[in-house]
Amino acid sequence: MKKRLGILAAALTAATLVHAGNITVKGSDTMVILGQKWAEVYMKDKPGNTVQVTGGGSGTGIAALLNGTTDICNSSRPMKASEKADFVKKFKAAVHEYRMCMDGLSVYVHESNPLTEISIPQLEAIFTGKTTNWKDVGGPDSPISLYGRENSSGTYEFFKEHVLSKKDFAPATKTMPGTAAVIQGVSKDKLSIGYGGIAYGEGVKAVKVSKTTGSEAVEATEENVLTGKYPIARYLFNYLAPSVDTGTVAEYIDWCRSDTGQAVVKDVGYFPLPKNLR
Amino acid sequence: MSVPAAPNPAGSAGVDPGAAVVLDARAPGAGPRPALTASRRQAHRLDWLIERGILLVSTTAIVMILLIFVFVAREGLPVILGRTDNARVQQPLTAAQAAEASPEQLARYLGVTPAELKGYDAETVKMLVELKAEEMQQLDNPDARFNTTTWGMMLHPHRWHDYDQAAYIWQPVSEIPKYNIVPLFLGSLKATVIALLVSVPLGVGAAIYVSQLAHAKLREWIKPAIELLSGIPSVVLGFFALIVLATWLQWLIGYPSRLNAFGAGVALGLAVIPIIFTISEDALTSVPQSYTQAALALGASRWQVAWQIVLPAALPGVFAACVLGFGRAIGETMVVLMASGNATIVSASIFDSCRTMTATIAAELAEVVFGGDHYRILFLIGALLFAVTFVANLLGELVVHRLKSRLEGKA
Repeated sequence: MKKRLGILAAALTAATLVHAGNITVKGSDTMVILGQKWAEVYMKDKPGNTVQVTGGGSGTGIAALLNGTTDICNSSRPMKASEKADFVKKFKAAVHEYRMCMDGLSVYVHESNPLTEISIPQLEAIFTGKTTNWKDVGGPDSPISLYGRENSSGTYEFFKEHVLSKKDFAPATKTMPGTAAVIQGVSKDKLSIGYGGIAYGEGVKAVKVSKTTGSEAVEATEENVLTGKYPIARYLFNYLAPSVDTGTVAEYIDWCRSDTGQAVVKDVGYFPLPKNLR
Repeated sequence: MSVPAAPNPAGSAGVDPGAAVVLDARAPGAGPRPALTASRRQAHRLDWLIERGILLVSTTAIVMILLIFVFVAREGLPVILGRTDNARVQQPLTAAQAAEASPEQLARYLGVTPAELKGYDAETVKMLVELKAEEMQQLDNPDARFNTTTWGMMLHPHRWHDYDQAAYIWQPVSEIPKYNIVPLFLGSLKATVIALLVSVPLGVGAAIYVSQLAHAKLREWIKPAIELLSGIPSVVLGFFALIVLATWLQWLIGYPSRLNAFGAGVALGLAVIPIIFTISEDALTSVPQSYTQAALALGASRWQVAWQIVLPAALPGVFAACVLGFGRAIGETMVVLMASGNATIVSASIFDSCRTMTATIAAELAEVVFGGDHYRILFLIGALLFAVTFVANLLGELVVHRLKSRLEGKA
């Protein structure tokens, strides 16, 4: 089985090498829309190149990178030390990491929910299952219904690391395939709370978030995300093997990080990289 | 599983197919065997070939099932036998300590074979040592000393250090991966039982109506319509359940969690109804007319005939339909993945969200490390699912056999 997969991977890699202008990108579901928009504009800009973007989750993208079945891996979280070690073991070199843009994770509630702001410790208590009633965080007296992502998602891991202090999600968290499904679930459920990327936030209400109880709660605006005021902001990454980071692929990444590429980021609803990081 | 036909009421009065053979010159004392003509011999050979061909095809099906089970179970074998150990008790090594360590120690520390270690240059080894130290520093957790892949951890509740009480926890992507399969098993059970509670009365009821009570014209409409239901792709059914059915049911019943085992079970029931209906209807229709006619002649109403004569006579077939329905319900993936909410809750309420074994495999297998613990446990779940369906079918077959013998007056 493994052997056959290996052969398949080799065949795919060979096929990629033949078509010099063909770039495959795989990974984060959060970055699929952005990646496809980038690919579309880039292909219009530089005819003769093809960029194929698919999702599946950051974990899936990283696995594909390790198996050599994709050129670029989209990831909405930094690679873990163990994953970097796996990469070094396989390719005998360190993986190349690029920050591509910024994203603020939004916390959504149903439109009818009177809640307007929430703090990170409150979010931690809610999503780990310590707080189960809305009245404990300033809402109506009714149980909280939790919506989250599948565990292959980078958003899942980011939220777990930065909001839950690495604790486990409550077993009662309903796991949805994709942020769009989280939004759909939250928009239909009056007592719900969910999280996801900003670009998806339609049909539900995003609440302001404060770093600690009592501190100022802020909205996920560009200014707040770039200055670090908004507490659950993150970088979105591209990972690739050093051997691939030449020619067309390197050009593509440079283009995405250029002013033209970063303008696309804004169109899609994410936040461009601060100037000093481009 | 075969669908038992209704018992042959004629018994000995029927034509015995063996009788024709006896006449065919094989009975002793029937005189010298007449020589077969060439064309007849050829026909015999063709029959023989076709027979063998069919035998081959049917054995292939059995072999395939066996192979699937063997391969699925093989991937999960290290976990089944308890040969995996993910407990971590090592201390991180500094660069200086790593330089002093023997190649064997270093290889074990880094999780590679000594041969692989030899293939790395100094720079690569240095990178690996740094990454390993970083990985271990991130992992400052008192639960790291547990091997979470044992049967005990998979079946019994455990109190993890940041939990208030012992609990059944399925959290495979975590600092400490927690692989308790009880919530998944319970999720499958809830969804399946609800699906059967919905589909058995509806499916069997529709079958009785269509085969016994309905007007011929009406039957020609209802039967294909129900059978058409089986043609709906399960992903479409799941989508319908997620968007429409969940909202309707919540409005109707008023439970707090929109996506839950009940809604998923009802949607699953829709997928199972055509199977139960088709097979039950076949069984009911094949009950001999003479039963019905005799009962009607004695003055029974059509309803009495259907309920007290035909249904008991067709019971083995109807039961077999339910067992097949169970197999479909427990194995169905897309509907439950989309409509159940997939939360790993252990509770008795059917209005809580649930996560089934099938949905877990479908959602998680795509991103696991090949050959890792999580991968093996997902295969173990697959093998368990197979075993459950197999045992259910076996028991079903036994019950069908019992019912049949009783019906024929043998037991």
